[in-house]
Amino acid sequence: MKKLLIALLFAPIMAFASGSTAHIDKWPGSVSDKAALQNGAKLFVNYCLNCHGASYMRYKNLLDLGLTEQQVKENLMFTSDKIGELMRVAARSDEQKQWFGATPPDLTIVARARGEAGNAGAGADWLYTYLRSFYRDPTRPTGWNNTVYENVGMPHVLYDLQGQQVMNHETHKLELAVPGTMPPAEFDKSVSDLVGFMVWMGEPQQEYRRTLGWFVLAFLSVLFVVAYALKKEYWKDIH
Amino acid sequence: MAAGNFEKYKSDGSLAGNALEWVDARFPATSMWKGHLSEYYAPKNFNFWYFFGSLALLVLVIQIVTGIFLVMHYKPDAALNANGVPIAFASVEYIMRDVPGGWLIRYMHSTGASAFFIVVYLHMFRGLLYGSYRKPRELTWLFGVGIFLVLMGEAFFGYLLPWGQMSYWGAQVIVNLFSAIPVIGSDLSLIIRGDFVVGDATLNRFFSFHVIAFPLVLIGLVAAHVLALHETGSNNPDGVEIKANKDEHGIPRDGIPFHPYYTVKDIVGVIVFLMVFSAVMFWAPEGGGYFLETPNFYPADPLKTPSHIAPVWYFTPYYSILRAMVWNFFGLDAKFWGVVAMGASVVIFAALPWLDRSPVKSIRYRGPITKVMYTLFVICFFILGYLGTLSPSPVGEVISQICTVFYFGFFLGMPWWSRMDKFKPVPDRVTFK
Repeated sequence: MKKLLIALLFAPIMAFASGSTAHIDKWPGSVSDKAALQNGAKLFVNYCLNCHGASYMRYKNLLDLGLTEQQVKENLMFTSDKIGELMRVAARSDEQKQWFGATPPDLTIVARARGEAGNAGAGADWLYTYLRSFYRDPTRPTGWNNTVYENVGMPHVLYDLQGQQVMNHETHKLELAVPGTMPPAEFDKSVSDLVGFMVWMGEPQQEYRRTLGWFVLAFLSVLFVVAYALKKEYWKDIH
Repeated sequence: MAAGNFEKYKSDGSLAGNALEWVDARFPATSMWKGHLSEYYAPKNFNFWYFFGSLALLVLVIQIVTGIFLVMHYKPDAALNANGVPIAFASVEYIMRDVPGGWLIRYMHSTGASAFFIVVYLHMFRGLLYGSYRKPRELTWLFGVGIFLVLMGEAFFGYLLPWGQMSYWGAQVIVNLFSAIPVIGSDLSLIIRGDFVVGDATLNRFFSFHVIAFPLVLIGLVAAHVLALHETGSNNPDGVEIKANKDEHGIPRDGIPFHPYYTVKDIVGVIVFLMVFSAVMFWAPEGGGYFLETPNFYPADPLKTPSHIAPVWYFTPYYSILRAMVWNFFGLDAKFWGVVAMGASVVIFAALPWLDRSPVKSIRYRGPITKVMYTLFVICFFILGYLGTLSPSPVGEVISQICTVFYFGFFLGMPWWSRMDKFKPVPDRVTFK
């Protein structure tokens, strides 16, 4: 029991030290796919929001995914009935600390936090790989371990969808021992959607930001032509 | 060119003319306009490198204006909110999401911080290239070094405010450096923190320094920098004194009025700069993880030390110099010598006007020794900067020590190597194509 507590205590520190050698798959999704983001939102509120908060995010931001207020209220809001509310966690953090050894982190900007210097997309890739890399490990208190995040405190919440993987100690590869409700390809797509939602949630206006950039650059280009002509005109007598 | 030497405005009888005459009798409006703009004569041969002074001023304005709006919604409070998140951290995300246009203002400010250092580094390098710090512009240079020091403080204080992991632990590391100073060290770092650990007291005093004290000093120094420059007149890429050759009206033959010539030219520079700035701000506001470090998207947690604490890129060369010092001298800890070396590596810029003994100012008329030394210095600066972003390693340590030795050798050896070079004859007039 003591060992367990120590392991749990250090789990969050190891998150920072996760210079893990595990292979990281590239996240195949995109934040401009609205249908995928809607599916990701559904998965997020059903599987993640019970333990993890998204406490910088408001339910009304979900309207930007092409949903109506009615749809959001009926399908995505379980803990609140006001659309302007923050997406708070349902569980209490002090209790969670007892259960998991650490309070599950807020996920609003986790995709950005998991990025790396020189590779901003690394956060999405990491999440996409992490969520698909749980395997059965009877030595762990939750019964689960993860190849990307060793001895993680989090159990495999998507196991009914993915099924149960086990570690083949000869090949050091994960194998599906008990199939889930989704075939592997469909599960990968679902995780991709979920990660897409988390990337989008990290900065909901990111698509607008990129688009606005083109308008600003176009405006500045016109201004440049005018300003350059003005400079030429003034300077033509300077020799 | 003192502003008081110009005639006061005489009204032409129009309403606007009468108003200006009234003002001029009470305030040096016309003489300031003439002294600093319309009859301030700048050399006509400014090149690419001369854009960065006006751009630094532009970035200063961007930072002040965006800062004013950020302060309207930012809360310097380390207490946890109902969701268990520090209020300061949550208020930044509130600005990013719930304040209309808040994300734009915040990205302008965060991108502006890095842009400020890029522009200032290029501006300083211009001074090095053309000997702009040489007599009679030593005070302009010293005010400039003052601006640079204050800017570093301003950036350091500002970096704590988002209260992310890197904000917190970066501040912890830097403030702890002061404790390496013998005798007064631990009390000094206690005074800076206002607490035994970085906490709410630290956040609030850093906020105060960041939004009031340092900007005030910065603006004062910028004014002094520009006034000193306008007293001596600008240097130029040839390092020729244009005031040495004046026409019958006392106007330098190679000078042109700053306004309109350099105002219209600088507008072009401003637009090109804004295009680059916007490209970063709209398409890569994290600056590849160097402008906004990714661990800073985790809220500050005093119980979780990140395995790797890296300062923001503009501090990394000096941070490398700090880490390069691993020897205990004279019974004092290596950490203390690291702090001394780091401080010296910044302050040594102030000595340049007296270290440079070259008979000519501009690199155009200096020989291969200067060019090789400058190139090596820039390479060293970049290597030190790059190593400062990495975790310490044995190889990195040796390389950073070599670069540190060269860094100081460049400055301390300058009185000798700057004289040894082959020099070309300097023309009487500026060259201009």
